Amino acid sequence: MNTWHEVTTLEEIPPLGARVVTTKQGDIALFRTAEGEVFALLDRCPHKGGHLSQGIVFGKKVACPLHNWNICLDDGKAVTPDVGCTRSYPVKVENDVVYLSLT
Amino acid sequence: MKKMKLVMVGNGMAGVRTLEELLKLTPDLYDITVFGAEPYPNYNRIMLSPVLAGEQGIQDIILNDMDWYKQNNITLHLNKKIMHIARKRKVVVAEDGTEAEYDRLLLATGSSSFILPVPGKELAGVVGYRDIQDTNAMIAAAEKYKHAVVIGGGLLGLEAANGLVLRGMDVTVVHLMSWLMERQLDDNSAQMLQSALEAKGLKFLLKQQTQELISDGHGRVKSIRFKDGTEIPADLVVMAVGIRPNVALAEAAGIYCNRGIVVSDTMQTYDPSIYAVGECISHRGIAYGLVAPLFDMAKVCANHLARMGIAYYQGSVTSTKLKVTGVDLFSAGDFTGSNETNEIVMHDVSGGRYKKLVLNNNTLIGAVMYGDTKDSSWYFQMIRDGKNVAEIRDQLIFGQSHLGNAGSQGQNLAATMTNAMEVCGCNGVCKGTIVKAIKEQGLFTLEDVRKHTKASASCGSCTGLVEQILASTVGGAYAPPATTVKPLCDCTSHSHEEVRKAILEEKLISISQTMIFLNWNTTNGCAKCRPALNFYLLCAWPHEAKDDPQSRFINERANANIQKDGTFSVVPRMYGGITTPQQLRRIADVAEKYNITTVKVTGGQRIDLLGVKKTDLPKVWEDLDMPSGYAYAKALRTVKTCVGSEWCRFGVQDSTQMGIDIERAFDHMWMPHKFKVAVSGCPRNCAESGIKDVGIIGVESGWEIYVAGNGGIKTVVAQFLVKVKTHDDVMEYTGAFAQLYREEAHYLDRTVHYVERVGLDYVKKQVVENAANRKALYARLLYALQGATNPWSKENINAREFESLAI
Repeated sequence: MNTWHEVTTLEEIPPLGARVVTTKQGDIALFRTAEGEVFALLDRCPHKGGHLSQGIVFGKKVACPLHNWNICLDDGKAVTPDVGCTRSYPVKVENDVVYLSLT
Repeated sequence: MKKMKLVMVGNGMAGVRTLEELLKLTPDLYDITVFGAEPYPNYNRIMLSPVLAGEQGIQDIILNDMDWYKQNNITLHLNKKIMHIARKRKVVVAEDGTEAEYDRLLLATGSSSFILPVPGKELAGVVGYRDIQDTNAMIAAAEKYKHAVVIGGGLLGLEAANGLVLRGMDVTVVHLMSWLMERQLDDNSAQMLQSALEAKGLKFLLKQQTQELISDGHGRVKSIRFKDGTEIPADLVVMAVGIRPNVALAEAAGIYCNRGIVVSDTMQTYDPSIYAVGECISHRGIAYGLVAPLFDMAKVCANHLARMGIAYYQGSVTSTKLKVTGVDLFSAGDFTGSNETNEIVMHDVSGGRYKKLVLNNNTLIGAVMYGDTKDSSWYFQMIRDGKNVAEIRDQLIFGQSHLGNAGSQGQNLAATMTNAMEVCGCNGVCKGTIVKAIKEQGLFTLEDVRKHTKASASCGSCTGLVEQILASTVGGAYAPPATTVKPLCDCTSHSHEEVRKAILEEKLISISQTMIFLNWNTTNGCAKCRPALNFYLLCAWPHEAKDDPQSRFINERANANIQKDGTFSVVPRMYGGITTPQQLRRIADVAEKYNITTVKVTGGQRIDLLGVKKTDLPKVWEDLDMPSGYAYAKALRTVKTCVGSEWCRFGVQDSTQMGIDIERAFDHMWMPHKFKVAVSGCPRNCAESGIKDVGIIGVESGWEIYVAGNGGIKTVVAQFLVKVKTHDDVMEYTGAFAQLYREEAHYLDRTVHYVERVGLDYVKKQVVENAANRKALYARLLYALQGATNPWSKENINAREFESLAI
């Protein structure tokens, strides 16, 4: 069972942008795509720990601001040929409210 | 919707590359079926030579393993040769009766070795050199027999001969012409090549024509007899006299062939539902036998199969590089020349170096190099681009100097580097790693190598080295990136110029509008194109196009420089490098208040506060109460100055004031890349104007303006643009040059790259010779800068950017 935490409203996350959520498990990045989908990843690039929340969001990917690794928003995996994965978290949007689960 | 059926006949490099390009564009349009006559999945045919030489195994040269076909839902029939195309029924039929229906058919049947029609050609021990089977036959023969004869002294023949020598055979190369590789080399370079190969143990018989292959009485070849009656022993005969496109299948089906399968610029045969690519085709009367053009064709063909219908194949300029270890030669274009052409030749016999450049008027059209090929990709690029070389003609033969490139131990000759030596200083990539990746992953382009190894992917200073390694590893298959029609990114096939032109002519004022108008193949671009488009729009339509912060790199969104730990650095403006005790006091107070541990003086004479938390940035700016120094931006950075005539006993002009005025006037100016200026008050040049985008040097009678210098990765001295008299002239010329660069450079090109591309003469015409144009450029810049304000001031800060959420 997921325990959902209310985090923010959808409009607080800019389209093709991100927000950082401070949690007990570390910083988590919330991304919003152009289509309004929201994804949550641990805010650490699997390469050198760059803050993914600061990257450019495009499609369902984010480009890490440090060395431009592309990370998939849905599963946290690096786009080939780079290899690596960052943790992803369940997230849902109901009535424009964004909920995050840390489990 | 029911998928269309695509059938491909032939399972080689050109065909499979076409499928790869197609799957990239549209993964779901077709059900794909592939028929291959060989028992292997697609392998890297150009790596057969290393296999023969014993440097690699067959497994190493497989490009697409069986899993690849499975993952992409491709039905693969190996060992099945297609015998018949029933065009009316749209069906292909294999030898064993297997049938497959198609909506689109792709012929990629490749080519075969041309076997000389001499008596004895059918004997055992007589092989061509095209595929794994031939290679295996040669390896097996080398274990058992002594004497090998290679007929044909071309690229393939020499590589075969070299491999057989390495396998311990006694090898003679027989060649009909009077020098080796006559299609790729002139007599001088061929002579040098022959001597080098003789030193490796190869023997040569030139101007010899084969009469007959003689049997040992048990059906195997024993010797070879020539027209002049002489005879030499031969237990193995390799025919490497050329290739013939495999057209029998197409011809039998009534598809028009003329030596090759004739295709249009869209890679379509005379039957509109049948396409063809690779060595089996004839395009504008030319058949290509090297890999680079095949990949160009693959791109075009895929574009049409994907129903995008915008690409054209217009032929390729090819280059040759021999993949024989220790022999460096290169040729490209028309190196024979004619009455209308000139040659520039450098021939150093004992040094083992030879270079010949062929020019038509002031365009390089061909090159042959032996011994020292480090500049081959530079020359090849100019040949392909048809670049006017008038400005550099007197230096051309000496090559492109890479001196001053940092990060690769001053190396500029990849061939002399050992595998353990570092090529890419940014990412710590050694030569051996690059070679291994090229061979094992089947990489052909600089982009591929960058993606897989990261070599030259950061600062790019080692690009030349990586290109050399690539070229010497894959030989003629190496295709340098085209500079003239390079697409902006993978999201589009349009070049920077085309995009900028469309933005201006169609008055596009938003990123999404631009992407829709130019048929972007992604819905919201990528991290490469969005920042470029954002700049192009702001540059073309100031005050009309709306800035899109989400399309800016974080530094320009947060107005500070991101550091490796996610903190930021803050550099306040100090116009002309002049500060006051009050400012310094405030900076000191801010540093203490926000626990800023590192305070550094930058190379551009400013103060950098490092380690600021993002959430603190707005407060830091407020407390500093100084404008942004734009140290994070593709914009005017700093104007570095010396103290000038106000204090200096040598100073002849007030360089400090000039620097302050320039920095104030051009503050907030967004650029394709960072833009640095320096002003010195006398020719002693203490502000180091010689390595700036614009460097100004005061002289007794006025000011000298230099442009396109660079003190970074590649140290380049700025070139003299003009000498002017007054302060206002300096402003106008500097502004006009900046605006020209803004309007015409590719995003992320520094001025050095821009001026290298268009030539200093062009810049002079626009900025110096044409006064009206200069004034217009300057006016456009001033208009763009009107009303620009400090991004650190309260009303410009988007608070949300700097706040974090919590649960």
